[in-house]
Amino acid sequence: MEQRYVGLTGNEAVATAFKQARPHVASAFPITPQTEMMHKYAEFVANGEVDTEMILVESEHSAMSAAVGAAAAGARTMTATSSAGFALMWEVVYIAASLRLPIGMAMVNRALSGNINIHCDHSDAMGGRDSGWIQFYCENAQEAYDHGLMCWRIGEHPDVRLPVMVNYDGFIISHTAESLHILDDDDAWRFVGPKRQDVGYTLLDVENPVTVGPLDLTDYYFEHKVAEMAAHERAPRVIDAVYREYGELTGRVYAPVERYRLDDAELVIVVLGSTAGTAKEVVDAYREQGVKVGLLKIRLFRPFPAEAVAAALAGRKAVGVMDRSASFGGLGGPVFTEVRSALYRRPDAPPVHDWIYGLGGRDCDTTQIASLIDQLRDVAAGKELDTVNLLGVRL
Amino acid sequence: MAVNLQTLSKRENLLAGGHRACAGCTGANILKQVMLTAGPDTVVGNATGCMEVVTTIFPYTAWKVPFIHTAFENAAATISGAETAFRALKKRGELPVAREKIHFIAFGGDGGTYDIGLQSLSGAMERGHNMLYVCYDNEAYMNTGIQRSGATPLGAHTSTTPVGSVHKGKEQHRKDLTSIMVAHNIPYVAQTTPFHWRDLQQKVEKALSVDGPAFLNILMPCTVGWGFDPAIGMELAKVAVETNFWPLFEVENGRYRLTYKPKEPRTPIAEWLKPQRRFQHVFRPGNEHILEELQQKVDDDFARLLRLCEATAD
Repeated sequence: MEQRYVGLTGNEAVATAFKQARPHVASAFPITPQTEMMHKYAEFVANGEVDTEMILVESEHSAMSAAVGAAAAGARTMTATSSAGFALMWEVVYIAASLRLPIGMAMVNRALSGNINIHCDHSDAMGGRDSGWIQFYCENAQEAYDHGLMCWRIGEHPDVRLPVMVNYDGFIISHTAESLHILDDDDAWRFVGPKRQDVGYTLLDVENPVTVGPLDLTDYYFEHKVAEMAAHERAPRVIDAVYREYGELTGRVYAPVERYRLDDAELVIVVLGSTAGTAKEVVDAYREQGVKVGLLKIRLFRPFPAEAVAAALAGRKAVGVMDRSASFGGLGGPVFTEVRSALYRRPDAPPVHDWIYGLGGRDCDTTQIASLIDQLRDVAAGKELDTVNLLGVRL
Repeated sequence: MAVNLQTLSKRENLLAGGHRACAGCTGANILKQVMLTAGPDTVVGNATGCMEVVTTIFPYTAWKVPFIHTAFENAAATISGAETAFRALKKRGELPVAREKIHFIAFGGDGGTYDIGLQSLSGAMERGHNMLYVCYDNEAYMNTGIQRSGATPLGAHTSTTPVGSVHKGKEQHRKDLTSIMVAHNIPYVAQTTPFHWRDLQQKVEKALSVDGPAFLNILMPCTVGWGFDPAIGMELAKVAVETNFWPLFEVENGRYRLTYKPKEPRTPIAEWLKPQRRFQHVFRPGNEHILEELQQKVDDDFARLLRLCEATAD
């Protein structure tokens, strides 16, 4: 299929993908670095490229509330946020998933306050990891664009019916112009298709009224949560199918995890988001020196692809997980705890160490990742190392 | 359209019986009355609160129309989303059932409206959605156990403003939310009570016929929170109006109009306070100043309302 090769920032790329999915309703409130995504989208609407109804609310809490109301009324509904905006949404973020509403959200990752900081880390999205949303983390504008199209097919699938969060790193991806391939509007629409009105429920069917969000006490709430868990258990099959179809269409073949120079790797870096790009450079440099190092990028964090992660890491000599958020008082960051837990009781489980890095947008350069690999080599050679370590910080 | 009991009695009651409201609750009656006029082509949202809790315990529902509850502070935003979805789907010819118009009504108590939901309400009104917001104002957080709210009158005993040896109930006057809504310059704002059923029906009808947002503030005497005999809730709604504590008026495109003139001379506020346990202490020696201040506030507010009616008349 013919595609256009264009230069876009991450925000422009996701705005383009969302536009091509023709949402009925967009509900959002401005916050850096998400702002330009909604600017671009508003331009599309202003120029008649898409007929989305915009709800330009007075807070992110209302952005997510209006999104829930719109989605419950059968609308394909998009929103976008970052950092504190996501934190303000938080109560309703859970409700969106509980009501099984396939809202699409561009999550432009930024550090949480305080102190206030506008730059990238994953503390915002990781706060929502247990909220019931599907979470993708993108390495670059291309991945962000592609997931901005695929998220609708995944979230709206009858077996899933869950909201989807497309994460991409603030400024690093959102504000950096990159070359990427995009589909023509018609091809994109053929892939995404209209939202099916016969899936789930809609408030607008006044002839078949439904009560949404009732008081749900000790006798039923638990079962409803289990139904939500079951949707997450079914989601991977749908994600695989959508990835396959999209791969056949575009030539870009995705999987919940990406294996980079991993087959014979003894040392493995586990990372998500834009840092994977930097880390691949360093892996290449070490490979040239004969060091058997590889990289595992986690693209799908919820539902967590535990089997694929464990299969990729078992039998290695040392694994280093990179966490771009801190879990204060916890044993390592959220990526680390998932990864190590996935390996638990496997006889060939490698030593796994965590590196907290890049908080508040602290640049993560190649020397930091090189030092991580050097430390992994020491671990492989039997040297003791703290479970949780820091990267790129002044001590 | 003239509203009378005969025509009302022929309309479908869209709030089924068997819900779990308290005996003597005037709130369920407000919902029922609003829905009699709104009719079946209506989508309802409800803030967390008594009315949401008593009408929707899973797997039961009292609602015969589509209904959504999400949280405490966001009924207006939630319904604004549903209303926008209606316009968006209609534009593309994708409505599940063909309708030229659907009413969108958000209900919230005073806690969910005056206080925690005020921002969400203000935003939705400013954005101009075709929706009606109905506040059922029972003057405290009744659902969580009768804590003071921005709507609680001066002197009222609540769980968080108890009457003790030092403090004598709430120490501030109530917020004038109706005026705040008028200041949004929306097409229609009004106050009413469930006792004045004809007034209420006419106001709901007007509110649903305007192009844009409308707001109704409906006084809801609460037998548990106010502490009165469950049989006299409607009577207390009536007396609230006769004392000028809760005047019946509407503001249509900025024009104030009294929809009911209380009998002269006006009934003293004490007549409204006496049957309510939450105000018993204001009649005890040493607390006379609270009663006086309440009376003064009622008189001042009503005088101001009359001036506004006069100033904005044709």
